[in-house]
Amino acid sequence: MTTDSTTKSPEAASVPPPGAAPAPKRAARGRRRLLTRRDRFTLALMAGVPTVLHVALVWVTALASIALAFTTWDGIGFDSIKWVGLENFKQLFNDNPQFWPAVQHNIIWFVVLILIPTPLGLFLAVQLDKNIRFSRVYQTAFFLPVVISMACIGFVWQLVYNPDTGLINSLIGANKPGHYIDWIGDPDLNLWAVLVAASWRHTGYMMILYLAGLKGVDPSLREASALDGANEWQTFKNVIFPTLRPTNTVVLVVTIIEALRAFDLVFVFNKGAQGTELLSILVTNNIIGESSRIGYGSAIAVVLLVISLVVIVPYLVATFRKERRS
Amino acid sequence: MSAPTLASGAPERRAPVRPARVLLHVFLAGTALAWLAPLLWAMFSALRPYGETSTKGYVSWPDTLNFDNFKNAFVQSDMTHYFVNTLLIAVPAVLLTLFLSSMVAFYVSRFDFRLNLALLLVFTAGNLLPQQVIITPLYRMYLLTDLPGITQSGKLYDSALGLVLIHVAFQSGFCAFVLSNYMRSLPHELTEAALVDGASVWRLYWQITLPLCKPAMAALATLLSIWIYNDFFWALVLISTGENMPITSALNNLSGQYFTDPNLVASGALLTAIPTLVVYFALQRQFVSGLTLGANKS
Repeated sequence: MTTDSTTKSPEAASVPPPGAAPAPKRAARGRRRLLTRRDRFTLALMAGVPTVLHVALVWVTALASIALAFTTWDGIGFDSIKWVGLENFKQLFNDNPQFWPAVQHNIIWFVVLILIPTPLGLFLAVQLDKNIRFSRVYQTAFFLPVVISMACIGFVWQLVYNPDTGLINSLIGANKPGHYIDWIGDPDLNLWAVLVAASWRHTGYMMILYLAGLKGVDPSLREASALDGANEWQTFKNVIFPTLRPTNTVVLVVTIIEALRAFDLVFVFNKGAQGTELLSILVTNNIIGESSRIGYGSAIAVVLLVISLVVIVPYLVATFRKERRS
Repeated sequence: MSAPTLASGAPERRAPVRPARVLLHVFLAGTALAWLAPLLWAMFSALRPYGETSTKGYVSWPDTLNFDNFKNAFVQSDMTHYFVNTLLIAVPAVLLTLFLSSMVAFYVSRFDFRLNLALLLVFTAGNLLPQQVIITPLYRMYLLTDLPGITQSGKLYDSALGLVLIHVAFQSGFCAFVLSNYMRSLPHELTEAALVDGASVWRLYWQITLPLCKPAMAALATLLSIWIYNDFFWALVLISTGENMPITSALNNLSGQYFTDPNLVASGALLTAIPTLVVYFALQRQFVSGLTLGANKS
């Protein structure tokens, strides 16, 4: 999808100078013969150093998560690592009162993001794409939350939700003892409260992705549709939306990943207390909490990893296959 | 932001004033205002003295509006110290990420070795993983890595170096992907000719390819600066001494210790947002083009 959005938005930084053309494979082979021994050494270093760093810190640790999930370990000496088979997973699935709520909340997180801010972002993008005045001003307003850190967003929304001093309770008169609505503490409310903040941010992000996608829609399609007498909604539904398919794929993947990564906002809000448990929070609490169990924490991470890979791998395979063809 | 907009749009295409257009503007202006409301509310609370809000309530007409809370939040919590921490992490991390990922991109886009696709796949996939997938072993690895004399803590754990390394490792996947797409579309004749003339591979990379990648590098640098500045998680887990935290993660501790009333919390939070907002408004175009060109990144 990266290629799609880049080749279609004329001002995107990735657009190469005009006249660029992919080189034929034959040239590459010829070029290799020109390399001296020193060049080969340089190339090996150029590719090798970053790869080693990335693989060591990202993939070795991901694999270590998988391996450690089947063990218990006190974290001190390597000889204290003991194989326990599926014990960690059994405990996780059967005995952890936070695990299934966490899975459920991650799913809710995704469903809410894909059902509310994503269509809203698309709607805003379609409106802002209409060549209207002040488009940039509106865009800046919607996009602002995407630039600010999640932690900062968490604090800002606490000021809105605070039972005593917050905006909402002050406005509806629920800030007096006996009338409190505890948006952050009440387990029936807090997930939804935090999702409002998350959606607030996600809308702007989706708007920008869709705006870039809409720039790539061939204007003649629109004209043809108008000539055929289609109204605005019909044009969008039958002509524009189908051509946004690559953008929709990106949006879907981004939203799933975002739902799996959700952490900062909840941690700042209430540290993932009852009602807002998430898989990411469980993993983290297991590390920085008082009783750190390495194998057990890794088992939670493996659940997260498996879900992520189910999304990432097909997406990347499709992306790269398309790229190789082009 | 200008990239996807129509600032350059031809005025003659602009439709005459229609009721539908007016309605659209009313809708957009209202929604935009609603979108800014939480930030404006934070700003409003931050500008009012605590004494006044505690007697009159937070939703009330302000008698006094001043920057005292900002000043107090900044001075009491010694925020400069945390901003410097962030700078010491973000600057090396951004430069190193761009340097390393551009080398990988150069390799995979210019030399058709069999590995290139697999390499790129590994880098990109790694970048999409949730951070929590790798944090448990990473945390242990950082604790077990002794670096006496190199970092203050004597380990990778609780050091700026450790944070720089994980930022570089994690972000270079995304940058390598974007840069390799960019480099692949540069004319091959340039490097071809240089190689025939006997230029070394390094010269090819440093003097010929990199200067052509400036626009993509600028976009990525903007994006990376904001992401690394905004990072909360890595520092939360990998830094144990509050003093060593970068500003975004420190906010959590500071809010308990120094920001004792909502007005100070608001000021503190808004202060941490200022650098990102400055970068964003100054380099809006780079930021948005970077975000959309590498849309596979969340």
